[in-house]
Amino acid sequence: MDKTEDNKKNRRNFLKNGLTVGGSMLAMGMGPAIARDSSGEGQSSGEKIKVLTTEGKVIEVDKPKDDCKIDPCEPPKGNAARQGIPGRSFVMVIDLAKCKNARKCIEGCQKGHNLSPDQEWLNVYLMKDHEEGEPYWFPRQCFHCDIPPCVKVCPVGATYKRQDNIVLVDSDRCIGCKFCMTACPYSVRIFNWKKPPESDVSREDYSPESSVPAQIGVVSKCDFCPDRSREGKLPYCVNGCPMGAIYFGDKNEDAVSNGTETLRFRQLIKDRVGYRYLDELGTEPNVYYLPPVERMFDYESGLNDLSEEKKKVYENIIKGEHPQSN
Amino acid sequence: MENSSDLMKKLARNLETPSRQWYAWVTFLSIIVLFGVYALVRQIQEGQIITGMRDNAVWGIYTANFIFFMGLSYAGALVSCSFQLLRIQWAKPLLRIAELITVSTLIVGAPYILFCLGRLDRIHYLLMYGRIQSPITWDVIAISTDLIFCIGFLYFTHIRDFAKLRDLQGLKVAKWRKKMYAILALNYRGTPLQKKYLHQAHDIMAAIIIPTAVIAYSLLSWLFGMSLKPGWHSTIFGPYFVVTAAYSGVALLIIIMWLYRKSRKLEDYITNKHFNYMAFGLVLLTMAYGYFTFSEYITDWYNQTSQMSALLGKFTDMSQYGALQLFHVLFTMFVPLIIIGLPWFRSINSITLVSLFIVIALWVKRYLIVVPPLETPFIPIQDVRPEFVQYSMSWVEITLTVSGLALIVLIFTIASKIAPIIPVAEVEDVEDSAKPIIRFQTKGA
Repeated sequence: MDKTEDNKKNRRNFLKNGLTVGGSMLAMGMGPAIARDSSGEGQSSGEKIKVLTTEGKVIEVDKPKDDCKIDPCEPPKGNAARQGIPGRSFVMVIDLAKCKNARKCIEGCQKGHNLSPDQEWLNVYLMKDHEEGEPYWFPRQCFHCDIPPCVKVCPVGATYKRQDNIVLVDSDRCIGCKFCMTACPYSVRIFNWKKPPESDVSREDYSPESSVPAQIGVVSKCDFCPDRSREGKLPYCVNGCPMGAIYFGDKNEDAVSNGTETLRFRQLIKDRVGYRYLDELGTEPNVYYLPPVERMFDYESGLNDLSEEKKKVYENIIKGEHPQSN
Repeated sequence: MENSSDLMKKLARNLETPSRQWYAWVTFLSIIVLFGVYALVRQIQEGQIITGMRDNAVWGIYTANFIFFMGLSYAGALVSCSFQLLRIQWAKPLLRIAELITVSTLIVGAPYILFCLGRLDRIHYLLMYGRIQSPITWDVIAISTDLIFCIGFLYFTHIRDFAKLRDLQGLKVAKWRKKMYAILALNYRGTPLQKKYLHQAHDIMAAIIIPTAVIAYSLLSWLFGMSLKPGWHSTIFGPYFVVTAAYSGVALLIIIMWLYRKSRKLEDYITNKHFNYMAFGLVLLTMAYGYFTFSEYITDWYNQTSQMSALLGKFTDMSQYGALQLFHVLFTMFVPLIIIGLPWFRSINSITLVSLFIVIALWVKRYLIVVPPLETPFIPIQDVRPEFVQYSMSWVEITLTVSGLALIVLIFTIASKIAPIIPVAEVEDVEDSAKPIIRFQTKGA
């Protein structure tokens, strides 16, 4: 009962302050994920700051503490993580024109989630849509679908959809049947075939939001870093990308940020003709792509640092021999 | 009591105190099964890294075995129950073999899906947190229902033979076995009321098992059919799987008929007629299977979607799955029609040999259903690690497969030592079982 009341309160506050908070973030030039839930009085520093609303008014709001933007700051454990952060609708936009296969997003993600180097929660694919098309680099995270095929088939509810758009895996619940991996049309999920690398985090501190420590024999995948959102930080991949190709944000606030610039989500999708990969499957993904037009780099620059083996894999794609499904 | 008969006396000789050879055979099979246990323990200890499964091909021959054995099981159930319900007299000597196929392959087949689990220690979560939306939960319900009914049916059809064995004078078996027969016979004395009730129980069980088997195997096919994956997402999968199951089951029945006929000298009971009739059924199923296979591939091939072309390309490429596909097509469709369908090559041995190839080819078909679509995801694999691109089975998976086969043989070996492989009471009791299911009211009756 307490929980639902809390949620109601949160939502009311959110609606009341939605515009304000959204505006404040734009004003501060920070990612929307850092928006503070105003009900979290314990987290406020007591100081007031002046921000500009979307309507152009200057208002005063509580200045948030530096280390926490969403109440509670601690990622919830076990079943508490199933709810999601109230009022949020997380979304990602990837600008394909900016990606040059630097693979720093992958490194950042692996470091942040304590993955071994051969485990990739996000991957950068080389795509070529048709014979006449120009190849382009295609970073692929979990799409956190609104109709997730993986969640549908889970026999034990170990993977679930939350109200803030995020699809998570509970490593304590997963039985490792891998049915979700066969169901995902985007090859997003990976399996811990062997003992995962040692982690500093103890088993008691495991939260599905932080996904560490990993366990053997269960499925894991990109989690959209909700634990970092609570701290007001952007996901590891967004911070890792040197080109600022990945934008993360909140659909409700209509804002996405790549760490250096914050843009209006809907306007961005409209202006740049954003699309969703394999949208026709009806999974309603929450990751949008901006087509690779007027590119900053040609795709070849992404081939430079790769091993000969990897280059060989791409050779066929560049020639257009391997059938593409886009 | 008239329970002990000449036929039982004759067949019961096979049940008497086992020879050294028999013990050696059982020991040999048990050792193979123990190797499987060892492989499973290693897999649990070290994780699935020691299997050939990786991301992309997340399932391998465990899943293929699962579909294969469950198919044999459902087929055994379909065959024995429809023979029972339709009162097919000539098929009576085959009933027990079919029922043993059902139960043994079910006991061996069902665990294969569990070997795919990364966390066997959490297996009880399937019951604790079970979600009815998941096809795996459907399978859990279907298989456990099926297991209960099939073991029940197998036991019910044994009761009259147990009574005969209990009453048989001069049966040279250990005392505990005499006692066991007495208990298992449930005090069956062959009174008219007992006969009537047992017969009704048979009919009711058979009538339940037939739809259960069809539903359960369709549910199993929907593990794949419900997926978006090209090659799996197919509306035909339910009926296609059921026909494939029946096909493989009849072929296996013929093989086991041949084995028992030779090893137990049962030429008087498993006759040429049986092989002839079963071969006729096999040819019908060959055509049904060929029809389903053709319509599945032709619709995919005709449209040439890029995804489907990639998959079908692998089936025709000899360096990938071309050879396996060719083997499958030849031995499930063409060879049976030529060897069994045409009169010139037909003999008991040729029918059995073709059946053996059909069973192997249908295992290959299951492999082709499971593995190649997993290796052909929507986003083409761009991995440099060969094991992540193409699945190849490891020693663990091979060992567990071989030990599964050995366990089926072991179950047959032991079961046919407990009761005769020919259901004596059924075979003798021509009059009783010949009662039609629907009794027409005729004048004067």
